[in-house]
Amino acid sequence: MTTTTTTPPSTVTPPSTPLLNRFRVPAGFALGAVLLLGIAPVALSDFRLSLLAKYLCYAIVAVGVSLAWGRGGLMVLGQGVFLGLGGYAMAMHLKLTDAAANGEKLPDFMQLYGSGDALPWWWKPFANPGFALAMTVLLPMAVAAVLGFLVFRRRVKGAYFAILSQALAAALSIWLVGQQATTGGTNGLTDIQGFFGYSLDDPVNQRMVYFVIAAVLLLLMALARQLFVSRYGELLVAVRDSEERVRFLGYNPANIKLVAYVVAAGMAGLAGALFVPAVGIISPALIGIVPSIGFVIGAAVGGRASLVGAVLGAVAVAWAQSTLSDEFPAAWTYLQGLLFVLAVGFLPGGLASLGVVLRRRRTRTGTPATGETA
Amino acid sequence: MSGEGLTVRDLRVTFDGFTAVDGVDLDIRPGDLRFLIGPNGAGKTTLVDAVTGLVKATGSVRFGGQDLLGKPVQKIARLGIGRTFQTASIFEELTVLQNLDIAAGAGRGVWTMLRRRKDIPEPVARALETTGLTELRDRPAGVLAHGQKQWLEIGMLLVQDVKLLLLDEPVAGMSHEERDATGELLRRVSEDHTVVVIEHDMDFMRSFARSVSVLHAGKVLSEGTVAEVQADAKVQEVYLGRASEPEPEATPTTPVAVTEEA
Repeated sequence: MTTTTTTPPSTVTPPSTPLLNRFRVPAGFALGAVLLLGIAPVALSDFRLSLLAKYLCYAIVAVGVSLAWGRGGLMVLGQGVFLGLGGYAMAMHLKLTDAAANGEKLPDFMQLYGSGDALPWWWKPFANPGFALAMTVLLPMAVAAVLGFLVFRRRVKGAYFAILSQALAAALSIWLVGQQATTGGTNGLTDIQGFFGYSLDDPVNQRMVYFVIAAVLLLLMALARQLFVSRYGELLVAVRDSEERVRFLGYNPANIKLVAYVVAAGMAGLAGALFVPAVGIISPALIGIVPSIGFVIGAAVGGRASLVGAVLGAVAVAWAQSTLSDEFPAAWTYLQGLLFVLAVGFLPGGLASLGVVLRRRRTRTGTPATGETA
Repeated sequence: MSGEGLTVRDLRVTFDGFTAVDGVDLDIRPGDLRFLIGPNGAGKTTLVDAVTGLVKATGSVRFGGQDLLGKPVQKIARLGIGRTFQTASIFEELTVLQNLDIAAGAGRGVWTMLRRRKDIPEPVARALETTGLTELRDRPAGVLAHGQKQWLEIGMLLVQDVKLLLLDEPVAGMSHEERDATGELLRRVSEDHTVVVIEHDMDFMRSFARSVSVLHAGKVLSEGTVAEVQADAKVQEVYLGRASEPEPEATPTTPVAVTEEA
């Protein structure tokens, strides 16, 4: 679908008014920090704040989507895989510490469905908090690196890449369902009690989780912003717009795309890791095809090439989903699909580009021929 | 004289049984300004595609002591061969400066890549000067006039530090003034580069070519200076047989006073 976007969203910040630009970005970050860390915790109830924590996890995924899709043109329709890997890595650790706290050898579901009383070998290292934390990011990045290496080298792109990444999301969730004894199957890893020694039932600790998530989001936005304005970011846009030309300049586009893909996967993994203490569950239904599409819809609606647009879009769509899907459970899926088609087909820059589009339309009707020759 | 020469021997490109390039030999000396002309379908662009690694070919293409055939596109580019395409392929979303900076950047380290560009690199500044785009450096490349886009592409090859430039119809669709400016630019560039130009425009060829190769049906029909090629009976036959192609002798060489603009 990326191939059909003939007018990619405007991504280049105009060089005019450098003084204004210098303060715009730090001011925006400061505003975001005040809203997320200062106002929201005061203004929202515990329940609403924990919902916002969940939405912010989706926003973290959207930061990666903005990099890979918005700037790199990679339609990452399978980010659920990476969120899932990060989430399961975290949940496995938390289940093990929960079990240990209760004086049991195995997590609860394994006692019910497990084949013996021994922990599977691949669960064992996750008892170590350092290992588990590292894996929440490194495992998704490693999978993305292997996959991306194979796929980009063979010049798979556009819709084919999107379908492939989506198939992977389906494959992982199906596999997880089939492994009830070791992964909890359809139920997933549920009923998580503690988070590194803090009880998640305690609202104070829930607020702490929220603060961690908000801080990580801001941090990753800063990181993504640095990538956007760096030379790498310019090159990534060049690859998105004309991969062949970049190759003739002596670069290997496969490597350039791989970096964006791997970084986006790491972000999704971290989002998954934070999702688990925020929501208390990770399951195949949360990482399959439908949620994977959901991750990109927010970014598409908000504006995938704009970091702030993607983040706000992700939060808004997640909010709309939990609000509307309660009232109209059947209609939401259609609405979601419609939103996606509308955003990608008619407003590729998302709502973030609405101002630019309207301004351009006004000038076009005002003065018929602008400076465009050729 | 600088730049690097190109030696092509018995080059053949076949697509599904159709032979587009059929045993071409070419010797392009360092510092040459060579024009490749010939009717449509003569294999000019395919020849350039083969040299730059875009299509598979047999035979040999030697450049700077290496055989290019079988190497991937980006390797050949890094050896010092740059090309343009019939349609300007610049990054329209990026500014002129960003376009040139990217072209200059293959082989940058990770650390440099992850940081913002602080100033204008020296080769980029020189290319802006050479192509006359200094004033426009912060404009998105997409809004440039047609001629300026082609110059930007040539500028991108210059900062890429290529030794051999392969230009596919650089003056197609240009006004007379733009053509002359492009010709002068190519002349300047060929002082320290080897330049190969695919062209249909006979006026342009006559004014600026240092040597000419005529391709026909995938083979080299004739080769030499402009005068030698024009005197060649075989060349006349090929061109006279095709009404759509401008005839070498008949077209006036004096610049036309009326321009397409204004």
